[in-house]
Amino acid sequence: MDRSRELASETGRRIAVQVARYRPDRESEPTFQEYEIPLRKDWAVLDGLNHIKDELDGTLSYRWSCRMGICGSCGMTVNGEPKLACATFLTEYAPGPVRVEPLRNFPVVRDLVVDIGDFMQKLSVVQPWIIREDEEPPDGEYLQTPEELADYKQFSMCINCMLCYSACPIYGLNEHFLGPAAIALAQRYNLDSRDEGAADRMEALSSQTGVWDCTYVGECSVACPKGVDPAGAIQRYKLTAATETIKSFLMPRGRR
Amino acid sequence: MTTTHDVLIVGGGGAGLRAAIAVVEADPRLNVAIVSKVYPMRSHTVSAEGGAAAVIRAEDSIDEHAYDTISGGDWLCDQDAVEAFVNEAPKEMLRLEHWGCPWSREPDGHIAVRPFGGMKRIRTWFAADKTGFHLLHTLFQTSLKYQEIARYDEWFVTKLLVEDGRVRGVVAIELSSGRIETITAKAVILCTGGCGKVFPYTTNAQIKTGDGMALAYRAGGPLKDMEFVQYHPTGLPFTGILITEAARAEGGWLLNKDGYRYLQDYDLGTPQPGPVLRSMELGPRDRLSQAFVKEMEKGRTIDTPYGAVVHLDLRHLGAKLINTKLPMVRELCLDYENIDPIKEMIPVRPVVHYMMGGVSTDIHGATPVEGLYAAGEVACVSINGANRLGSNSLPELLVFGARAGVAAAEFVAGESEGRHSGATALALAQGEDERRRLERDVLGREGGGERIATIRSEMQSAMEQGAGIYRSAEEMAKCADKLRELQERLPSASIDDQSRTFNTELIAALELAHMLDIAETIVHSAQNREESRGAHQRIDFPKRDDERFLAHSLIHRNADGSARVEYPPVTITRWPPGERVYGR
Repeated sequence: MDRSRELASETGRRIAVQVARYRPDRESEPTFQEYEIPLRKDWAVLDGLNHIKDELDGTLSYRWSCRMGICGSCGMTVNGEPKLACATFLTEYAPGPVRVEPLRNFPVVRDLVVDIGDFMQKLSVVQPWIIREDEEPPDGEYLQTPEELADYKQFSMCINCMLCYSACPIYGLNEHFLGPAAIALAQRYNLDSRDEGAADRMEALSSQTGVWDCTYVGECSVACPKGVDPAGAIQRYKLTAATETIKSFLMPRGRR
Repeated sequence: MTTTHDVLIVGGGGAGLRAAIAVVEADPRLNVAIVSKVYPMRSHTVSAEGGAAAVIRAEDSIDEHAYDTISGGDWLCDQDAVEAFVNEAPKEMLRLEHWGCPWSREPDGHIAVRPFGGMKRIRTWFAADKTGFHLLHTLFQTSLKYQEIARYDEWFVTKLLVEDGRVRGVVAIELSSGRIETITAKAVILCTGGCGKVFPYTTNAQIKTGDGMALAYRAGGPLKDMEFVQYHPTGLPFTGILITEAARAEGGWLLNKDGYRYLQDYDLGTPQPGPVLRSMELGPRDRLSQAFVKEMEKGRTIDTPYGAVVHLDLRHLGAKLINTKLPMVRELCLDYENIDPIKEMIPVRPVVHYMMGGVSTDIHGATPVEGLYAAGEVACVSINGANRLGSNSLPELLVFGARAGVAAAEFVAGESEGRHSGATALALAQGEDERRRLERDVLGREGGGERIATIRSEMQSAMEQGAGIYRSAEEMAKCADKLRELQERLPSASIDDQSRTFNTELIAALELAHMLDIAETIVHSAQNREESRGAHQRIDFPKRDDERFLAHSLIHRNADGSARVEYPPVTITRWPPGERVYGR
């Protein structure tokens, strides 16, 4: 973007960006590298990183794609907080420096790239798909009123950006914890009027590493850029799970 | 090391995921895998906003959806393909519903629909204005149920292996390790999406670099109608972020610097307070983008640091409608422009959005290369002709993703075992050659040359200048010369990063090579089409010419790297070419 560079030089303001670097085939542990870049009103942290990659240092690695806060690729730690780099503006950190690190609580693959394989496994465990008893769906749609849609809509907004896992102190201590996004997505299906799979998901959700691990710190909901409120999803499920447990003591267990 | 699959799908977006499920449902014994350069849920389907068209209401008809699509495409659509598309779209959309897609609803629980540009009836299903996001995540999460579907997440395909005119597999790099591997397959389905990053201002994500188109083209698969590039009339000026057509469908106005609804001056109807189907702001995207250029030439647009803009005015729609039906529009404007559309007008300009052209396929997604299929934006069936209607691309990737999956499964099942055991010695040798090429020419490259970003940025500027909304022989020739020069410069561009681990500079170099090939096919096809039709507007040939060009441009790569273009006729079934009429 030639024009944007022109504009940047017009204002002449600059900001220092300290970026965590780690190349496992070269360095035994992460170090920081500082770059000075133009400080532009409309530049997100991601635009700054792109400026570095395109103009200053092609070896810097990070993930990004949509640049509009929906693909979930560019989660990073910016001045200590988990953020989407495309939706976090450099001017918020003026006069700088801005410190950009990989998301916390994940193994670092390279520079700002973390390994999210653990989440991908956990996502399958909660069975995030519609489960129903009937063999064949109807010819038309399952009816679902706007109110029924509203019951789960919030939890369907998760973009899998991993900011909640990065913010979660429990996940930081215990990697087996199912974690905020996976539980929120399980609830997204549990609360969907078309779904009958809550019992199938219960084992994963109520297990040792499920909702009971959460001590309701609430950092996940603060970090979430999409207002999903995973902490709320977890609390709500705890209530469900507790009720189910009591019921299982009181009632004879029949065929589901 | 070599692994083998029956069906290998390149690309894990909407089309790829739908194809994978179709393969498994057709024959659960088949070994199917998806190889994608990003995790599936990062795919660009995620950015689609406004909706997905399929006939669902009693007052609508399949034929009307077909007619809107064909006239919208300026009669360059193959009508047998359009008929298959409009017939199967409702069934596919209902499957998405059964899989849990959170479609917006009427108060009684039925699917809600909204108007959309170029559509004569209200038939666009939507999930607020994050339709692509919900569609992709529904498909991805549903795909997890099918444990048969293997995935290569974050693997970049560099080459299609083709032997005696039939596909044998791919060579791919695993990003996390830098490992280069040959993956053989009996059938390959390309689902890699479009190539908007060939242009400087685009709604397309960083990953839209025309990979599948370039892979097919280099492997002998012709590309079809590459000159037809869609500009979406309403992108945000700096970022190119899309402001969905749904904003106009819900009643938004386009205003010039005098606050005048200028579309009335371009044969698009007369302004009414509310939205009118196939009229004014609900005209087709090509005509609206062209009207913008004319307004700019008249000096009636607004100048900004990022070029001329007009205003999209939603203020009269009110906070309630904006918050319930267009929440993402508001979120994007607040986050990226610091503008609240409830109180302020949104600056917009046309930005490159969609590729009508692509890998040439039949109505089953099959390419002329045996065993090679394509579906979604990477493909050109063609249902979109010279201009795609908004909300036709999401149902397209479902219908043709499913069709390609079924066709690939049948192909694998129907052939004798001996003939396509996949891992032939010749295919493996090709794979080994490609590995050496990558090691030597790309990873072994010296530093000190010019930057990849320099070449990319010069390509993008040349394309906007030479292959933009209005084109001329002179400007296109300049653009073609520039692209040739950049092709010569590319092999000596620097790759400073010598690491094997997640080397994104290496990937950027390979993507740029793909883009340059695709840019050349766009310009070459545009130079040869001496008429104006849909999104291809020539100031030196301003009229549509059905005598010469009611035909597809089919561009082939010759052995020496040069191109040749053929003109197979358009398939006409029931709708003879006519005038495109909007607003009257």
